[in-house]
Amino acid sequence: MADADVLVRRLLGPGEPEVGCDECFFELDRYVDLRLAGADADAAVPGMRAHLEGCPACAEEHESLLELAASA
Amino acid sequence: MSAGPVVSVGRVGVPAGDAETHEWLDALAGKGARYEEALSRLHGLLLRAARFEVARRKRVMPHLRGEELDDIAVQSADDALVAVLARLSDFRGESRFTTWAYKFAILEAAVALRRRAWQGREIPIEPERWPLVPSGGLSPEADTEQRELLAAISDGVREALTPHQRRVLLAVVLEDVPIDVLADRLGTTRGALYKTLHDARVRLRADLEGRGLAPGHEGSKSHG
Repeated sequence: MADADVLVRRLLGPGEPEVGCDECFFELDRYVDLRLAGADADAAVPGMRAHLEGCPACAEEHESLLELAASA
Repeated sequence: MSAGPVVSVGRVGVPAGDAETHEWLDALAGKGARYEEALSRLHGLLLRAARFEVARRKRVMPHLRGEELDDIAVQSADDALVAVLARLSDFRGESRFTTWAYKFAILEAAVALRRRAWQGREIPIEPERWPLVPSGGLSPEADTEQRELLAAISDGVREALTPHQRRVLLAVVLEDVPIDVLADRLGTTRGALYKTLHDARVRLRADLEGRGLAPGHEGSKSHG
């Protein structure tokens, strides 16, 4: 059972401008490589962080790609 | 493979094409034996990514045997190879080629595993019970505020959302139905369904503001 804060966040979402799933996938590789390079990925891809907060599936794929690309 | 240097090329912080990326693009633009060898290496790269994704998720899928999991990885790599070749002209050189290619294999494997996990499971259409939420160690005052907020959200779900928005929000948030699995069942796409989820959240936030309650995050001008 979700903690109340987590549940509220999941119900209400990030509450700020965000990209959609298609744009998230399109930008995902650039966002990940920028993060790995220590660059400001959130500034380079506005709305990405908010979408990853609001979309569990995209967040899972982002975490996987980040981990895999870091090990490559 | 190494991360390679990162330099600015017109857009701040965008990775320049590394030598390995150029080598991949040259090989995939080639012909004959060099092209066939590049395809074989690319499939190997995608299979590694698909197996990586399977390995990440298998701990939450203990009922699946290793053979079935590897079949999913191989099929995902096959599908990803087709997708990568079809979209090769979309590659902009703003990431390493390997990172770009990996994302297709991860997507294919993740979607396949979510589908497999929900195979044969019914998706509740309208969850009838609102979950009881533990206090989570909050002070009595904060606990009361949280419960009031959740009660108001519950009212908003019932009164401000369309039946489709309510169905999507409750399935994804309360029942943890993966959005791509739900999209399959409803005959739509993940992107379209996320737009529905997003619009539902915007409505809920507006409804809360109308009730004089401020949610934890500011703003409701997001777009899908």
